[in-house]
Amino acid sequence: MAIAPAAPQVKTPVPKTRRHRGYASPVWWFVIPAATLYTFAVLVPAVRGGLFSLTDWDGVSPTWEWVGLSQYGNILNDPNGMTAVKNTLLIAAAVTIIQNVLGLLIALGVNSVIKSRTVLRVLIFAPVVITSIAVGFLWQNLLAPNGAVNLALEAVGLGALRQNWLGDPDVAIWSIIIVVVWQFVGYSMVIFLAGLQGIPEEVIEAAAIDGAGPVQRFRYVVLPMLAPAITINLMLSLIGGFKLFDQVFAMTKGGPGGATNTISTLLYTNAFQLGRFAYGAALAVVLTVFVAVASGIQYKLLSKQEG
Amino acid sequence: MKRYTRKTLVLEIGMILVGLLFMFPIYMLVNLALKAPGDQGAAIAPPTQPTLQNFVEAWNVGNLGSGLINSTLVTVTVVVLNVVLAASAAYPLSRLGARWSTLTYFAFLVGLLIPMQLALLPMYQTIRDLGLLGSLWGVILVSVGQGLPFSIFLYSGFMRTLPVEFEEAAALDGASAFRTFWSVVFPLLRPITGTVAILNVVWTWNDFLQPLLYLSGSQRKTITVAVYGFVGQYGAQWNLIFAGILISILPILILYFFMQRYIVQGFAGGLKG
Repeated sequence: MAIAPAAPQVKTPVPKTRRHRGYASPVWWFVIPAATLYTFAVLVPAVRGGLFSLTDWDGVSPTWEWVGLSQYGNILNDPNGMTAVKNTLLIAAAVTIIQNVLGLLIALGVNSVIKSRTVLRVLIFAPVVITSIAVGFLWQNLLAPNGAVNLALEAVGLGALRQNWLGDPDVAIWSIIIVVVWQFVGYSMVIFLAGLQGIPEEVIEAAAIDGAGPVQRFRYVVLPMLAPAITINLMLSLIGGFKLFDQVFAMTKGGPGGATNTISTLLYTNAFQLGRFAYGAALAVVLTVFVAVASGIQYKLLSKQEG
Repeated sequence: MKRYTRKTLVLEIGMILVGLLFMFPIYMLVNLALKAPGDQGAAIAPPTQPTLQNFVEAWNVGNLGSGLINSTLVTVTVVVLNVVLAASAAYPLSRLGARWSTLTYFAFLVGLLIPMQLALLPMYQTIRDLGLLGSLWGVILVSVGQGLPFSIFLYSGFMRTLPVEFEEAAALDGASAFRTFWSVVFPLLRPITGTVAILNVVWTWNDFLQPLLYLSGSQRKTITVAVYGFVGQYGAQWNLIFAGILISILPILILYFFMQRYIVQGFAGGLKG
């Protein structure tokens, strides 16, 4: 590519293609620092991580062997491994559905002329910026057997709903889902809100004049125009749900008895506490496949919707 | 156009109730942090005698001061490096229409598909082998590297909407490519630089797993790692823990309440690309 011209003022006449060649075009080596760091911190370790998953390495020993795909077989045969994969999929799916339904309802609510709309927007988005590990510890206390949630349920006469929220294996996974929704519903809200504000008032009014009721207007006018916001929201919560670590680590550490492990928490325990390094690497590859597939679908959908 | 009707009032009341329910955990966080350990009132009730003693004690025993300083150092360095590296890389990648630059751009985008977990285990070994365990630089280098794909994606998208005439004019005036970038292009990127900076501040400040791996056991902890250690140490003293948690999230909350319009825009707009 072109080097910065030494004396541009004598460069006449200017060729038609100057946009790409004639002026002091950006020099290629500007990309080197970023490319180097990216290769060092992402590409190389990612490839190595993939290779580790094909070995039996414990992360420390000088010797190791290639074992093909047997670490992936171990995930299938290990009850903890299958629980973690199932939990990861369940959390991602449940968070995606609940968070987006609630997020859309809240967005519709605060997109009205109510006086509290600004305050509500600010407050409901706030947990999104709060440290996830802190959110986890906060809820660990609130969901304890004698925690504020149970006390509050009793105070309003719903004592029958008391639960051992984090201690009961069947309930704990749903407690985690609710906490994640609480933290990130504001994220879905602002994206829906941006989508709603992009819908011209006249379109909705025109539909009203044509006799469409509120439900019909929502179903046939608003919802189709929200399609890009819906896609972004669905994929954002799906991918975030796949990767979930901090909140689970703070609330249950994957317990009780491994019942709330996600791929990420199981990966952490195996690689850094149990010395099953290669097994952890295989879990990371499984997670990568989930994330990559979801991202691929998002890209396809968005390019279709935006033409 | 839209009037405030009786229906609106019902909606208003409903939404305020939703908001109150939503804020209940935050109320409990502040409530418990302000309560003396021996407070006899009901757990949900406000403190009978609010005290700041928990904050003083958490601050003194939890090493939170040094955690806040370390987190600030890490966050500022990560954001500055990320902005400078991403902007300067996106410049040639979005302006030169060559095959290699398109390929390089896609190589960066591949990073958006790779969850941090895949690189986590090998990266831990590399950081250890480089002797960077316990050093803030380990966290900084890894965080910047991982943040680059998204930042470059945002910068490239924005740069393609900028007219090249400014750069051409600068070049005609004899500016070098370097000068053209710093004095002409970079200032024009300010809106997207704001988005990139905001997102990176929030992500870096809140990052937990990697700082935990690279810094735990050392004297240099970021605030999330310090809080984690603090909770492990003072397990049952929730008044103290809640005070510590509040201290740790206060800087980011203050930033949020002062810049909430920009932060929300950054989060909502940063994704549309």
